[in-house]
Formats: sequence, structure tokens, C-alpha cells
Amino acid sequence: MRLLKAGTRARCAVCDTEVMVVRAAPAEVQLCCGGDEMIAMDGAKTPGTHAAPGVQLALVGKRYVNAVDAVELLCTKGGKGELAVDGEVLAVKQAKALPSSD
Amino acid sequence: MNLVMALEMAAECHPQRIAVSSGSLQLSYADLLTAARAGAQIIRDAGVRHLGLLDVNSPAVPIALYAAAYAGVPYVPMNYRLTRPELEALLGRIAPALLIGEQPVLASLALPAGIRVMMRSEFQRVALSFTPEPVAAPGEPHDTAIQLFTSGTTGRPKAAVLRHRNLMSYILGTVEFASADEDDAILISVPPYHIAGISAVLSSTYAGRRMVQLPNFDAATWLHLCRTEKITNAFVVPTMLSRIVDHLGQEGGNAGVPSLRAIAYGGGKMPLAVIEQAMRHFPGVDFTNAYGLTETSSTICLLGPDDHRSGFESRDPLVRRRLASVGRPVPTIELQVRGERGEVLGPGQPGEIHVRGEQVAGEYLEQGSLVDGDGWFPTRDRGSVDEFGYVYLEGRADDVIVRGGENISPGEIEDVLLEHPAVSDVAVVAVPDRQWGESVGAVVVFKENAEATDAELQEWVKQRLRSSRVPTAIRFADQLPYNEMGKVLRRVLKQQLP
Repeated sequence: MRLLKAGTRARCAVCDTEVMVVRAAPAEVQLCCGGDEMIAMDGAKTPGTHAAPGVQLALVGKRYVNAVDAVELLCTKGGKGELAVDGEVLAVKQAKALPSSD
Repeated sequence: MNLVMALEMAAECHPQRIAVSSGSLQLSYADLLTAARAGAQIIRDAGVRHLGLLDVNSPAVPIALYAAAYAGVPYVPMNYRLTRPELEALLGRIAPALLIGEQPVLASLALPAGIRVMMRSEFQRVALSFTPEPVAAPGEPHDTAIQLFTSGTTGRPKAAVLRHRNLMSYILGTVEFASADEDDAILISVPPYHIAGISAVLSSTYAGRRMVQLPNFDAATWLHLCRTEKITNAFVVPTMLSRIVDHLGQEGGNAGVPSLRAIAYGGGKMPLAVIEQAMRHFPGVDFTNAYGLTETSSTICLLGPDDHRSGFESRDPLVRRRLASVGRPVPTIELQVRGERGEVLGPGQPGEIHVRGEQVAGEYLEQGSLVDGDGWFPTRDRGSVDEFGYVYLEGRADDVIVRGGENISPGEIEDVLLEHPAVSDVAVVAVPDRQWGESVGAVVVFKENAEATDAELQEWVKQRLRSSRVPTAIRFADQLPYNEMGKVLRRVLKQQLP
């Protein structure tokens, strides 16, 4: 269990997935990739494969949100697992199409 | 959170895609990442607290921006067109610093203590000469990423502070990662010390768009680069677009840049005639008006391509008027217009524009934060919002003329005078008035072979606006004083009027 805050980065202990917290709920949550809990950026990895990777694997550049839109993650490095918070699989947030302004 | 995240993601996703082309030099995103890490090594070895840049656009600019972020020191690009004493004073404010620059600007300066110089070519050569061990970028979201000195059109330049979280929030909120096509290329012609020059680097990196740099703008070279580099996107300030349109007017007809898909503009007020002419010369191009401030990490409002087309084609004055709007706030920005007592005003009522959002820094080194307890930042821009949410700017709050307790925006009088057939350019400023405190002064530039008398111009304004708006002091000039970004230097004009 860990407290997420905007700007915090985390990585998967098993695969290559890395995320940054864009928006966080003010409570401790369990952040998982492919069913395995994610760790701090300097945490020790145990590379391998996820037992239950899930369907929607983490893709670089995609934003992921939970159903109540309280937690939002940016995937900064793609991997071989599905992202979930407290057991709830996160959905890809649809991008707002804005014209290029710079 | 650190700006380099954008670069690391781009280098991870498409390492071989070209990030920057400059003449024969092509840097891929992987090359740019390696150079940024090597540049950070140079900065750390120098043991400095800032990385200054006093130079035009070159590949050293994106390298320096990301290198400073890797090294955890603020990046401070400065305006090389300032006078020698002005530059020496700014350098004194960032010492100890490593300063990247080039001749002849550097040669003329008496460098303050603590400023160590590295020539652009040398910095670029060293940064591209070795591959350091990758280290994690430092960085709390609250760390300062960039420090920009404001243009100081009204006084001593202020040091605006932009933190990593402000800039990243802007990028994440407005750009979709890797959204650019492989062949996309942006022509960057705004100087590196302008917020638009910085956001161009960050947005292009995050979108995965190739950056082509134009060190010194002129219309012919801009068009030539668009054609030879197959440019798809460009950002210009109004003065640049005006010069491009003038140049095309002499060449005649279609601009002949088939690759170009989008032109964004901002940084000052766009004359209606210029944008309409530009839309005729570039019929297939998407135009976007971007309104933003240094203190808001760039764009906060957008007028998109569809609004440009409907405004251009419509005969309905209400729809046509939108071409003079800066559009609606981007989704991550809240905007309010407030009156003198801080009350929130309704549609059509002019007041001061306030904004709130993560990208809003609203902070200066000397004054601290101007953001209130609820997160609102007063922009000092005056304007109004119509019932459809479109924002119309009237000018800077500091330029308002207070005549006998009545607030008068120079913009509305300038718009009316510009409609006079003899007038090509005009600026309205406050002049001291014994009876009213202040009254309206105007400096007018006539079109070639055209002129009008004071009385004719005064009558023109009187028929269209209230009598309090009629200029009491009028002076004629060959041209108005602008800074290099196209902002009228009202301070200079005030001195010229009685």
C-alpha cells in the first residue's frame, strides 16, 4: 500500500512498465501492473513474466484512469501488464483533440 | 517530475526519428537524449547554479534546455537584442552561471564575476562527443525548470519562474504523445528566450515532430525553408505573418507551400486584415490563434481552424467577429473576468482576466507568487468573454486610460481609427490632462499617399464611440516603435506626446 501524489513515478517489479502519477486520490492505494504491485523507481526488480498480465497492456504515452476519475497515470514506458489500482483495472483516457498551438 | 521525461519517452518510443535538423546536421531523439545527458555533465562539472543562453536558435538550444533539466539547474535563455548594460545586469542576476553564446554578442560584454562562457559550437561539439552513463534526472515537481526575464516594456525586467510541474502540466494537457506523423516538421522561428520558443521544443518532443530552426526571421527565408524542408507546422508572431503576407503580396497568389498544414500564431494582437490575407494566401492551411503568457507556461486559450474558416466565410457580424477573438480556454484552464472589486463579471462585460490551472506559474523571483489562495492568477490583461465562451482581449490593464474616473481601453479606439481609410497603424496611450487626470492620446501612421487632419480623425471617433474616447492629442509618425516580438512600446510613445 502506498500514498500516491502527482509527479510520483513508479515502475513494475516484473516487466518494463513505468508510470507517473498525474492525479491521485488522497488515500493509500495498491498500484499494480499485470497483477504484481509496482515499486519505487529505485526499488529492486525481479524481472520475469506476469502470471496474470491482463488484456490491455500498458502503452507508452497513454493516460490511464479509474472509473471515478480520481486516479490518473501516465505510462512513461510500455510493458507487459495491465495497470490497476486497488484491483480495479484502469481504462485508457480518451485524448481531447486540440489543434497544435506551438 | 522533470521536463526530460518528455525526451526520454520520445527516445524510447522512436529513437531513430529525427528530432532536430539544422543544415546538414540531423539529430535523432536518441542523439538528443545522449547529448542532453552529456550537456548535464558539462554543467555539473562547471559547478554553477544556472545555465544561461545568449544566442539565436540552433541545435544547442534543445540540448541546453534538456541538459539543464538533467543537471537540476534553471535554464535561462536571454534576449540577445538587449543593450550591453541591460545584458550585463541580467547576467549579474544569474551568477554563478555557465553561459552559452556566440559572437558578436559575447565579445561586446564585460562579464560579471561568476559567469563562465562556453561558445555554442564548443558546447554542441562536446555534448555530441561522448555518451555518459544514464543517470536519473533529479527533480521534485516544484523545482525551477526555466527562468525567463520579461520584456520589461514598462520597467526593469522581472524574472518569471516556471517549475517542472507547470510546464509538464501544459504539455500533458495540450499535446497527445507521439501524435505527429513520421514526416511532420515544425519551423521554429520565434527566438529561444520567448515562451513560445520553449513550448515549441517541449511540444515537438512530446508529439515526436521534427524541429527545423530559423535563427533570424525574414519572410523570404521562412518561405524557402517551408518549401525545401517540407514543413507541415509553424508558429509565428503577428509581425512575422504580416511580413510573410506582404512578401506573398509582391509574389502574388497562392503561397506555394503544399506541405504546410497548420500555422499557429500568438504573442500579440493580430490585425484582422493580416489574418484574412494570410487565409487567402494559404487556403488549405489550418490557422490557430494561441493566447498565453510567459507566466502561464504558454497557451491558455485557442481559436481553432473551424472558427477561423467560419469567421472568414460568414457575413454574420457576430460570427465574423470571432476572427478577432483569442478563442476559448484549453480544457485544463479555468478563466474568469473580474471587475475592480474582484467580482466575477458576466458575458460581454470587460474586466481583468484571471486564470487557474496547474500550468499557471504566476510567479517572479523578486515578488514571489501572485497566485491567490484559491489558485487564481491575475493576468493584467483586460478583456471580456461572450455568451459562447469566446474570449476577446482589449489590451494590458496597465495601459488603461483613466479619464475622470472612467476606464478606457486603448484597443477599442485603435480598432475604430484603423478602420479610417487613411490610417495604416495607430497606438492610443494616456496623456496627462489637467481637468480629467488623463485623456486620450493617439500616434497615427498614414497609408502611402493618404492623410487626414486631427479634426477629421476626432470626428471619426466621435461618430462611432462616446465623446470621452475622442483623442485630444494626436501626433503623426512614419512608423510606431515595436519590440522584436511585435509589441508596441507604449512607454516610448507616452514620452513623445504632450
